[in-house]
Amino acid sequence: MRLIVPLRGVIQGRGGLFVGSLIPCCLFYFLQLYLKRRRPPPTDPTELPRTSSRTNLFSRGNSIGRVRVSSRAVPVAKPSDSPYYIGLERVKTDPYDRIKNTDGIIQLGLAESTLCFDLLQRWMSENLMESMMQSDDGEFDISSIAMYKPFEGLLELRVAFADFMSRIMGGNVSFDPSNMVITAGGTPAIEVLAFCLADHGNAFLIPTPYYPGFDRDIKFRTGVELIPVHCRSSDNFTVTVSALEQALNQARKRGSKVSGILFSNPSNPVGNILSRETLQDILRFAQEKNIHVISDEIFAGSVYGDKEFVSMAEIAGSGEFDKSRVHIIYGLSKDLSIPGFRAGVIYSFHEDVVNAAKKLMRFSSVPVPVQRILISLLSDVRFIEEYMTAHRQRIRDKHIRFVEGLKQLGIPCAESGGGLYCWVDMSSLLTSYSEKGELELFEKLLTVAKINATPGTACYCIEPGWFRCCFTALADEDIPVIMERIRQLRESSRS
Amino acid sequence: MTRTEPNRSRSSNSDSEKNSGNGGGGRTTAMRVIVPLQGVVQGRGGLFLGSVIPCAFFYFLQFYLKRNRKNDESDNSGEQNSSASSSSSPNSGLPDPTRSQSAGHLTELTGLPRSLSRILLSPRNSGGAVSVSGRVNCVLKGGDSSPYYVGQKRVEEDPYDELGNPDGVIQLGLSQNIKLSFDDWVLENPKEAISDGLSISGIASYEPSDGLLELKMAVAGFMSEATKNSVSFDPSQLVLTSGASSAIEILSFCLADSGNAFLVPTPCSPGYDRDVKWRTGVDIIHVPCRSADNFNMSMVVLDRAFYQAKKRGVRIRGIIISNPSNPMGSLLSRENLYALLDFARERNIHIISNEIFAGSVHGEEGEFVSMAEIVDTEENIDRERVHIVYDLSKDLSFPGLRSAAIYSFNESVLSASRKLTTLSPVSSPTQHLLISAISNPKNVQRLVKTNRQRLQSIYMELVKGLKELGIECTKSNGGFYCWADMRGLISSYSEKGEIELWNKLLNIGKINVIPGSCCHCIEPGWFRICFSNLSEKDVPVVMNRIRKVCQTCKSQN
Repeated sequence: MRLIVPLRGVIQGRGGLFVGSLIPCCLFYFLQLYLKRRRPPPTDPTELPRTSSRTNLFSRGNSIGRVRVSSRAVPVAKPSDSPYYIGLERVKTDPYDRIKNTDGIIQLGLAESTLCFDLLQRWMSENLMESMMQSDDGEFDISSIAMYKPFEGLLELRVAFADFMSRIMGGNVSFDPSNMVITAGGTPAIEVLAFCLADHGNAFLIPTPYYPGFDRDIKFRTGVELIPVHCRSSDNFTVTVSALEQALNQARKRGSKVSGILFSNPSNPVGNILSRETLQDILRFAQEKNIHVISDEIFAGSVYGDKEFVSMAEIAGSGEFDKSRVHIIYGLSKDLSIPGFRAGVIYSFHEDVVNAAKKLMRFSSVPVPVQRILISLLSDVRFIEEYMTAHRQRIRDKHIRFVEGLKQLGIPCAESGGGLYCWVDMSSLLTSYSEKGELELFEKLLTVAKINATPGTACYCIEPGWFRCCFTALADEDIPVIMERIRQLRESSRS
Repeated sequence: MTRTEPNRSRSSNSDSEKNSGNGGGGRTTAMRVIVPLQGVVQGRGGLFLGSVIPCAFFYFLQFYLKRNRKNDESDNSGEQNSSASSSSSPNSGLPDPTRSQSAGHLTELTGLPRSLSRILLSPRNSGGAVSVSGRVNCVLKGGDSSPYYVGQKRVEEDPYDELGNPDGVIQLGLSQNIKLSFDDWVLENPKEAISDGLSISGIASYEPSDGLLELKMAVAGFMSEATKNSVSFDPSQLVLTSGASSAIEILSFCLADSGNAFLVPTPCSPGYDRDVKWRTGVDIIHVPCRSADNFNMSMVVLDRAFYQAKKRGVRIRGIIISNPSNPMGSLLSRENLYALLDFARERNIHIISNEIFAGSVHGEEGEFVSMAEIVDTEENIDRERVHIVYDLSKDLSFPGLRSAAIYSFNESVLSASRKLTTLSPVSSPTQHLLISAISNPKNVQRLVKTNRQRLQSIYMELVKGLKELGIECTKSNGGFYCWADMRGLISSYSEKGEIELWNKLLNIGKINVIPGSCCHCIEPGWFRICFSNLSEKDVPVVMNRIRKVCQTCKSQN
């Protein structure tokens, strides 16, 4: 009993010696087997001809450990389960075409605009090559586009960008090119800001419903959490300070450190525009809690309603607030309808953030030839003016048509004044007023009606039945098709 | 267990004989269940001991397994523990279905206060300056004072121009290849060909951020051409990224968790410090190579570094090599690559083979062997550990294009990196520009050939010139650099001496070269000279300037 207790009884017995040694052996055999499966076996040091040795020695199967990817890459590699991405993937397999594939899925899930392609087409065909190949003395100089250039963007481009931004924001605010970093699209801009403003495990408050892509952009690599601040249809999904306060306190109670507030204005997916007062309240709140404010204003030029758009930069520049906590994201993908160019910008009043972002742009800078095209595009004031007027006008028209069509079906939309989408209340079509009911409807829209709209669940909306429908890639004749499909869906589900 | 049946009856007999025996009643029941406990249960405290001892035993067993698992596995519960203890593993934020709820909770709780603590030090009262994240500080401070950046900055301020500024600083630090071959490509490609590709529907709309299939096919063809068609590349295994930096960053993210490390033989590219470490939290362990071995890495040293790291509790997830090597320009032989693969297999780690200069092999002796060729014949299990980084802008002499490719055999790595490319995408105009540049095989062939010839001739000139000054270079067969031995010129054989010489070269000689310390070379006195910026008539100017520095060095000595 004093030495090895579990074996005492066994050794005492007659067959004890046998059993007492067999059992530990068995145990260790299984243990070793277990360990072996987890460990690559040592390779044979003898120098056989290589190719044959490999197959001879290791034909026993999976004795070599498979190499693993990092644990943080595993969730990234997995196919996404968000309806937003599921819908986008589905459309790719069977896209609608007015002539060739009339039974295909109509894309209402991707916020892109084809409304002004005619204008862009004209400009590009006239100016593209010249803009890329130009140089100061009129003669083509390859080094002006091929050489390494500062990662944060050419100064000329930043000047042009600043000018363009203040132009589309109504000229009430001017932007300083030195606070600006050009990024390869809005997505890297958000990631870089998240990296700069929050440590791993910190969190941003984010009013819901929010753009489903933020989940990827922010969480994939930076490890920053997003804490939803729920907004309701009764406030037309506008965030309130009391809701922010509540979410912040709850987060702190749970031990999360909140580093900032992230919101989009005009909001994506609702499309409403935050008023000057709301923006001031948010900034005041942020100042009180000493956190950052990230304002995603990527749809600032796609405002079509009567409500005036106010940039956070204007509020920050009023002198009333400490502006170093304000960071703005902008991009040309939506307002200029050139997502393929992947041009975005971080505008920050915090010197450290600007400097860090400049350095981080080594990972996502805009190629110099593209910068050259953008410089001449953005500095062509006459074209920009013409384009922006047309852009706004055409979204407005399309919006009226689309919303009118839905109205005739008895489907209301949230009030909106900006963006390339509307926020549609399809709760009347739900079989059960719950998330499950909403996802069922999403599935039906996708498979039966063949429409890909983004359900509110993907945007973390707490009220079921809301869908984001992007209408700017539609032609006028597509709208009746969509309405007809929705009508049929409703009737089939009623019967 | 059933086989113990005959023994059981025998042992029970002997039990009643030999045991001092107050456990007759418990005998039959206990016996049947677990034999080793039989004796214990019979005893007076039997019930207690009989349950405590197996428990303790299994506790230690589990303890052992757990410790073991932490080292060998990445996505099991052992890893969850380790990620909880490391301050910045991004996994804590992502829900993992395999993890128990309490484990997830634990991760969150322990993960948060740590990063919090850093911020707590700064004033937190309202109205105070808002702080940036702690991790961005290393980016902010990162290397501004390193000779690499100081030198670049000097060149930017005062660049050499044959006519405009003959006293300016000559750039021998930055690897761009502009003077060499791109002119041809633009001159010989009619502008219309390019603008045809750049039609509005093609460039304006959303396109796959990991590259159009058309471009991937062109890239695969180009890579085959660069490797002299010894291996064919599968376009579906390619992921395009904006520049080699982001390719390496994405791979680091996918292959290693925060706090893990990669082995990197030195001297290495100065860029790894930023590409690997900055955002991914992955560490680099340098494995020094010496001039005595001609800076070839030896498996013995790699092995030692691996075990030293393991002893310190650092988990090595892979090894990063560059082939042709940066900065030496040497090529890894087939045997070396096989040895490396064996090493990786034995240690079960990844290999990142940085082949950004594959199309710039200019030497005649060496044969460039791509890692892709080595694993071409291997089993999947080995292929999955090999990842190749390829830079289009380097070989096309078009660094401003910022486009590179990851070529991997590992499906998880590919699908993760495809998604991550939205964070560093190649823009559509760039993609179309590239397609028009490299989809014509004839063009590609000529481009690669011209590039090689020009690199070769300028390299010969430069090496000859340096030799006349008594400066030897290691034999380079690829890349834009020569690795010059200036040990004879430094005043003290130390890093300080090296930096002194570098300062002299920059201020007196007005040439910007990269000192070996930036490449983490452990021997002082080596410099990386990038010759692809030079034209042949620049070489005598450079030589004169170096001569001047040599003379001042000698007069001081």
